[in-house]
Amino acid sequence: MSEAAGGGATSKKFLYVNRKAPYGTIYALESLEVVLIGAAFEQDVSLAFIDDGVFQLSKGQSTDAIGVKNFSPTYRALGDYEVTKLYVEKESLDERGLTLDDLMDVTYEDEDDDYEEKPSIRVVSRSELADIMAGQDVILSF
Amino acid sequence: MSILHTVNKSPFEKNALSSCLGHTKSGDGVLLIEDAVYGALKGTKSSDQVEAAKSTVGLYVLGPDLAARGLAADRLLDGVTVVDYGGFVDLVAKYDTTQAWL
Amino acid sequence: MKFGIVVNEGPYTHQAADSAYQFTKAVLEKGHEVFRVFFYHDGVNNGTRLTVPPGDERDIQKNWTALAEEHKVDLVICIAAAQRRGILDANEAKRQGKDADNIAPGFRISGLGQLIEAGIEADRLVTFGD
Repeated sequence: MSEAAGGGATSKKFLYVNRKAPYGTIYALESLEVVLIGAAFEQDVSLAFIDDGVFQLSKGQSTDAIGVKNFSPTYRALGDYEVTKLYVEKESLDERGLTLDDLMDVTYEDEDDDYEEKPSIRVVSRSELADIMAGQDVILSF
Repeated sequence: MSILHTVNKSPFEKNALSSCLGHTKSGDGVLLIEDAVYGALKGTKSSDQVEAAKSTVGLYVLGPDLAARGLAADRLLDGVTVVDYGGFVDLVAKYDTTQAWL
Repeated sequence: MKFGIVVNEGPYTHQAADSAYQFTKAVLEKGHEVFRVFFYHDGVNNGTRLTVPPGDERDIQKNWTALAEEHKVDLVICIAAAQRRGILDANEAKRQGKDADNIAPGFRISGLGQLIEAGIEADRLVTFGD
């Protein structure tokens, strides 16, 4: 358990681990639904995108012709829910021929820094991600 | 904090075990259940990676899932500990958190 | 120690529901507390009372119901996932204008907040899925 920043109440560190590509299965969408609901609980929330999970953040998703709702704009709204830490694994990007430029711009307004717009996506190495996982109280995998 | 990683996929079908082992830290545990029990076998293409993790990570396999699949203990890599469901519970309690590699 | 358990797959196709059930039983046998079992994704299908498995197979829904009745285990089905997949209690059936409900005894339908709460309140959260 870790103390909530600036609050007396204890909060837990929650990590949502996304390892699956969107649309082929519903896991990515329903993971996002948990994140949105969970945001109301004022826990310390991070998201990790590894393996095929990095495809969830691909730019230019257009689902009209498959008849499925395009939920990718929701990632860009996460900042409004104070979900601002989206860790994307560099090795997973490399393995899939992707770079940061292939991903959507996801930003948040930093209330501690005059509401400056900052990137939510942080590209980290596999070993950095292992450290992030080790620092969590609750890990939910999808 | 230490993590008990659970893996339930065959290493010959999905990369869950390989990805899991790439994210463990010294002192973590890895428990193979369901189709991941095939990852505990000797002489397979994933044996070397599992073997290499042994020095830093506790390796466990769920006995009931081995038995269901007709896998005898002599097929297992050395250093892999067989547990039953009660042992699974003990492992979850022993490590600080649990992460499922679905 | 308090355990939360998450079940992300339905019965019979994947082993996840069986593994979760065996694990939950073992948690109780070890004298621990089960704070909640939360059913998400296709896991909500564990909670329909309309399954009719062959007589020589285990009845997964009845196994869960027995845990709820004998050990007061809180079995919670996610409402958003349940609505997509047609798992309804009497209230929801009425509210949505459907002609029947199908939730099994011992299960209740509630929001995703119940999953987050399990993460906060339980000492350990263990996920079973595919």
